[in-house]
Parts: sequence; structure tokens; C-alpha cells
Amino acid sequence: MLETKIFSHPELTRRLADAVAKSAETFIKREGRMPAVMEVCGSHTMAFAKSGIKTRLRDYVRLIAGPGCPVCVTDQKAIDAMIRLSEKNNVILCSFGDMMRVPGSGSSLLQAKTNGSDIRVIYSPSDSIQIAEDHPDKEVIFLGIGFETTIPALVAAVREAEKKGLTNFSIWMTTKLVAPVLRALLQSGEVELDGFLLPGHVSIVTGKQSYRFLNDDYQIPGVITGFEPVQLLSGLLKLLNQLHEGRTGIINDYTYVVNEAGNFTAQHYMETYLTRADEEWRGIGEIRGSGLVLREKYARFDAKKKFNVLPAVPKKTKCRCGDIIRGVITPEECVLFNKACTPSKPVGPCMVSSEGTCAAHYHFMRED
Amino acid sequence: MCVGVPAKVIKIEGEKALVDVMGAKMTVGILFVPEIALNNYVLIHAGQAMVIIDEEYANASIKEWRELLDARDKDFFTS
Ligand code: SF4
Repeated sequence: MLETKIFSHPELTRRLADAVAKSAETFIKREGRMPAVMEVCGSHTMAFAKSGIKTRLRDYVRLIAGPGCPVCVTDQKAIDAMIRLSEKNNVILCSFGDMMRVPGSGSSLLQAKTNGSDIRVIYSPSDSIQIAEDHPDKEVIFLGIGFETTIPALVAAVREAEKKGLTNFSIWMTTKLVAPVLRALLQSGEVELDGFLLPGHVSIVTGKQSYRFLNDDYQIPGVITGFEPVQLLSGLLKLLNQLHEGRTGIINDYTYVVNEAGNFTAQHYMETYLTRADEEWRGIGEIRGSGLVLREKYARFDAKKKFNVLPAVPKKTKCRCGDIIRGVITPEECVLFNKACTPSKPVGPCMVSSEGTCAAHYHFMRED
Repeated sequence: MCVGVPAKVIKIEGEKALVDVMGAKMTVGILFVPEIALNNYVLIHAGQAMVIIDEEYANASIKEWRELLDARDKDFFTS
């Protein structure tokens, strides 16, 4: 029997947090500042806030939320395009639930649904295949967002559509890859970083070896870790130990699901169906080779090729999600935070998403 | 959307499996874990099993942390 309760054990969590604080104090004495650690993954950001670890370590470790919330980094143009497509009367649009309330330049998918568009929230991309089979007279389009963890599920749906000979199913691919965005962040030099907590579930697919460049090209350490309090703290402690010892390697602290080379089968299917493309990141801009799109052979499943949609002009707002995603500011530094922008009336995706940094701060770290 | 849930494999049928997630049964894709077997624990993401959990490793980390807890007087963490 797999026993996982220990991962959130209160006493162990407390002891590990004390140990991290103590280790960080040594760093602070030596460097005259707190160690700056970026947690790349949005689920890590939420787990740090929800567990109270971020507040506990506030004076010891500068935890910086990274660009790994897939909803937050989805370009506004993709949402606008989806809304336009959904207005066609023969279209059923399918999306992960988190995308529904993200503001486009004019409205959101949820507003479009309220206005009569047929938009369905699904849990698995394969569910949209069933919908396409059930509605042969409709075009079923799936909004394909996500990082390496989710991309294989998108490929599985395309493969199913191919096997079933469906002609009314397509995906609007707007996927993101972790390594290119980390490179872009490090190259920009905007944020001073001592190390990374690397995304546990992305690493299932990509493997530990996918982060070798952090050591080889940037001499910065990283630890792959899980999502429970004990795992987050264990990862932090191992990262701090590396900093004390002046080491810059990658440690896998999530060994029971992550291995050296990743999931070969998932990588094989991704390689078969997809190819690298330049991708727009909300608030960051275009990053070369930072996404995957369908190969020409599968163009019939590519919604961008199948439907001609003109991009809308992005709406200018005071939302600073872009700066949040790049780790340049904290939510409290945005003038709209907890004023014009709250989870019930979000201005930007970082407040909408269940993995968004602004939502994490609003729910678990607000001081009012 | 990245939080994977551990699920136990109950039945395998072609490229799909019936799994138990904390008492709830659901059907998931197993395309990416061809070596899957009954009673394995897998992590599910967006309807696909993404990895078979290595129980030996999982229990080893649990054991390691248990030992740390039990040895309250010693400061293992900062040594
Ligand atoms: S608080 Fe709202 S407006 Fe400000 S950056 Fe976050 S999502 Fe954007």
C-alpha cells in the first residue's frame, strides 16, 4: 500500500521548516541577503502559499514564483481567437476549466458561453473526441494549452481522432516548454537567482537530464521536487546545501516518479506528432522554439490552419501579470491587487488561475 | 492543473485502464505507460497515466523522513 500521509505530516513539516530557516540564516550571514529561489511551477507556488511555508520563510528565503502557470502564460490572442471561433454556430469549443474566466481583450470564454456560445469544460482532451463523435455535424475545437506534462495528453487526443478518422476535430495548439523560458529568464538577467525548484510533473516527461543546461550554461543549481509540504521543504533544504557547498548540479528529490531520461514513450509520441515553434508568452513576448505545434502531416487537426481568425488588438490594462510571471514584482506591488482585481473580479490571468501567483497571495497571504 | 493524483490500476483494456482514485473509479488513457500492470500505482494528469509510481522509492523516502522524525533530539537537517 502506498502511504502518502507522511508528506503533509505537521511535525515533520515544522522541523524541516526550522532546518531551512537555520540553513538560510547561514547564507544571509555570509551574503548579506536572503537566498533567491524561483519555484518554476504554478502548483509549487500555490502549495507554498497554501501550506503556510511561504509566510513561515518570509524572512529567510526569497521565494520567487516563476513562469510555470500554463493559464497565466497563455497569450491573450489565443483567448480572443477562441471566443471568435465559438461565435460560429457550427462550433463546439472545449477547454480546461481554468481558462474559462481568463480575460481576453474584450471578454472571456465564460462570458461567451453566457452569450450563447457552445463552450464545454472538459477534464481530459480525450473527452473532446467523444464530443466530436457525438456531433458529426459540428466542428469540435480544443484549446490546447499546457507544458510538457499536458502536451502528451493533447497528442493522445489527436492520435485518437486520427485512428477514428474524425474530420470534425482540431486543436488550437498554444503549448509551452520549460527549458526555453528558463533560458530566456536567465539571459535577460532581470531577476537575481541563486537556484531553482524544478517542476516535479514536467520532469516526469522530460527527465532530470533536461535541466543539464542550467549547470552547463548558467552554473545555477536546481532541485526537482514534489508538491507536498515535506517535499517542498526537503527540496529547499537540498538546494540551500548546494549553495553552501558551492555546487551547481541538479538534484532529483522526487525519485519515485522522476527518472534521469523521462518518459520515453511520451517523448516518442510528442516527436512523432509535434515540432518546435516560436511561441508567444503572455507578458513576456515571443520566445524562439518555446512551444510545440502539430507537424504538417497532421495539419488537418490544426485549428490555426483549419480556421482563419484575425487576432484582436490586445487590450491595455494596468495588469502586471507579465512582470509577475517573470518574477520581477510580487502581486502586492500591482496597484490593482485586492482592489480592482480579486478572484471574483479578476483583471488578469494570475488572479484567475488556481495556480496563479496573485490568486495564491490573495487566498493565503493577504494581510488585511 | 498540474497536480497529479495517485491512482491504483484495477482493470486494463487496450489503451485504457480503470483506476481507483481515493475510492472513486475512473477510466484513464495508458498510452504512455505501456509496461503498466494490475495493482500498480500511477500518476494521472489530464486523463492520462503519466508514470508508474516506484513504490520502493516512495517508501524509501517515507522511511527516511520517518527516521528523521523519530530522531527528534538529533539535528539531522543542518549537519
Ligand atoms: S493583481 Fe490582478 S491586475 Fe495585478 S498583476 Fe495580478 S492579475 Fe494582474
